Amino acid sequence: MYRLTNEQYLDLYYYMRLTREFEETILKLYRQGKIVGGAYTGNGNEATAVGSAFALEKHDYLFPMHRDMGAHLVKGQTLRNLMLQHLARGNSLSKGRDGTGHYADPPLRIYGNISHLGAMVPMACGVALASKLRREGSVVLTYIGDGGSNVGDIHEALAMASVQRLPLVLIIENNQFAYSTPVAKQKAMEKYSDRAMGYGMPGFTIDGTDIEEVYQVCKQAVERARRGVGPTLIESVTMRMHGHSAHDGADYVPKELLAEWRKKDPVERIERTLIERKVLTPSVKAQYEEKIQATLDDAVRFAVESPYPPGEEAVVGVYAE
Amino acid sequence: MALLTYIEAISKGLWEEMERDESVILLGEDIGKFGGAFKVTKGFLDRFGEERVIDTVLAETAILGAATGAAVVGMRPVAEMQFADFVTTGFSQLVNNTASIHYRWHIPCPMVVRLPSGAGIHGGPFHSRNPEAWFFHQPGFKIVAPSFPHDAKGLIKAAVRDNNPVIYLEHKRLYRHVKGEVPDTDYTIEIGKGVVRREGNDLSIITYGATVHQALETADAMAKEGVSVEVVDLLSLMPLDTELILASVRKTGKALIVHEDNLTGGIGGEIAAIISEKAFEHLDAPVRRLGALDIPTPYSPPLEEFFLPNAKKLTAAARELAAY
Repeated sequence: MYRLTNEQYLDLYYYMRLTREFEETILKLYRQGKIVGGAYTGNGNEATAVGSAFALEKHDYLFPMHRDMGAHLVKGQTLRNLMLQHLARGNSLSKGRDGTGHYADPPLRIYGNISHLGAMVPMACGVALASKLRREGSVVLTYIGDGGSNVGDIHEALAMASVQRLPLVLIIENNQFAYSTPVAKQKAMEKYSDRAMGYGMPGFTIDGTDIEEVYQVCKQAVERARRGVGPTLIESVTMRMHGHSAHDGADYVPKELLAEWRKKDPVERIERTLIERKVLTPSVKAQYEEKIQATLDDAVRFAVESPYPPGEEAVVGVYAE
Repeated sequence: MALLTYIEAISKGLWEEMERDESVILLGEDIGKFGGAFKVTKGFLDRFGEERVIDTVLAETAILGAATGAAVVGMRPVAEMQFADFVTTGFSQLVNNTASIHYRWHIPCPMVVRLPSGAGIHGGPFHSRNPEAWFFHQPGFKIVAPSFPHDAKGLIKAAVRDNNPVIYLEHKRLYRHVKGEVPDTDYTIEIGKGVVRREGNDLSIITYGATVHQALETADAMAKEGVSVEVVDLLSLMPLDTELILASVRKTGKALIVHEDNLTGGIGGEIAAIISEKAFEHLDAPVRRLGALDIPTPYSPPLEEFFLPNAKKLTAAARELAAY
């Protein structure tokens, strides 16, 4: 067991709350027509994103997916930068070449996803390979969804990672739906973690709404990877509480299923726990809320006031010098 | 200076780069102890060890994805596809991810994809591809296609040092059939520059890779008929040396574009368009193209021979163009 201090618990809470509020703001901006493209949230996935990234050290690498905004935040990304990305501004990390979490921030060791599901996992293997060769002791944490886990890239990457004993942790976020397709149409076996056996690597299935369980299992996997023993596959069972993206009303999701999962809302869960343990006091909660609101207001204002890139900049930078 | 085969020159260049820079690593199937299907990396494992000469799982997406990942964090990976044909199974990585990394992420992705390409070795439909046009159409790659050992060494070294993904086409039929003087010195060939292999005044053959050798035979044959043929060897397909192409066509007034890849949608079409846009008033005849037929690569020798360009077909086309 890795013991968490009260301060760390509060950090976890803060980041989960921040993720939730950030994504609510994104949805609001989307409805106001301010988001240039689609808007994706990880509502229901906050504990998985935050708890897993919390298991990383500063020098570890993060390859998040589109439901892992909390992981970006834990790894040190600012709301300003994330907002600029969503609003396609010229001073965003991608300089307006791509949106949402699709950016790289090498100093923070964050490498965002592309839209082709699974494509980043082989790439994450390459980073893990480099870390191993250079004796960095850095681990690579990456994610895929229940649907995306069927893309061949995942198989190839896990084959390589297990044979080469790469310092890699892959989390399959089983959030019950791949766009409109229920998970029963994505897999025939009981658990995604069963797949780990086929690669000779450890596999775990965890409650992805339970921040403590997420953190413990991810931390063990990360430290195992750091010791050079090899990769771990973790299935985190969660629920995609929103549609695939903001345009999707997700009528295909049974109401009862949502109601059932709402009882396990990860943000409310940690809040309840920390209040019960008297770690989160009303005054601390109020402080956090104020801080989150102020940071969000600043990020929105900063992004809205930032200019788009000039059109002619489109041709710059296809090649590196 | 040493007399080396084309394949020895590639090996030599790679070896020198691995000696020079320890961030250069190799990834591929059977490249370790076995030395690769064609033996380009024979002996590399003993010298550089299994951490830098990585025998991978049989999984092209993993190889190309891992090379991409290693490249963005500062390594200089060289990925070998056992045959150019098999790059298709890792195609999504290259075109969706690798090619646009610098554009999207503003960080370099210095990697080389070595593609043993080309037909004429009775490889049939699955071991004979010339895949350059696929990559030519996708912004973000550099593409090189050496024809002689000297350039094979200079270009592999330049490709390793380039900060972009470079597609390195090595023609299998040239591997052991072409020999040439290769300096022992540390030299590179600038990517994006072609050369005039043979000077001439009456018509230009613009080509690259294996068909350069056919073009030179054609130039010899045509010289006997009193026609002076200029042979332009592109060496790089992306960036394309348009100035060299245009200068040659402006001088001779006639252009025959040749590649071993099949004609439709091939790079020759783009070159023809460039010539007609930028040198139309210098042309004394319509631009001619010659490539393989628009069919899958057949296996049986007479079928394959019928399918491919060769010196005889080139000479016939050149003769016709000269007479126009």
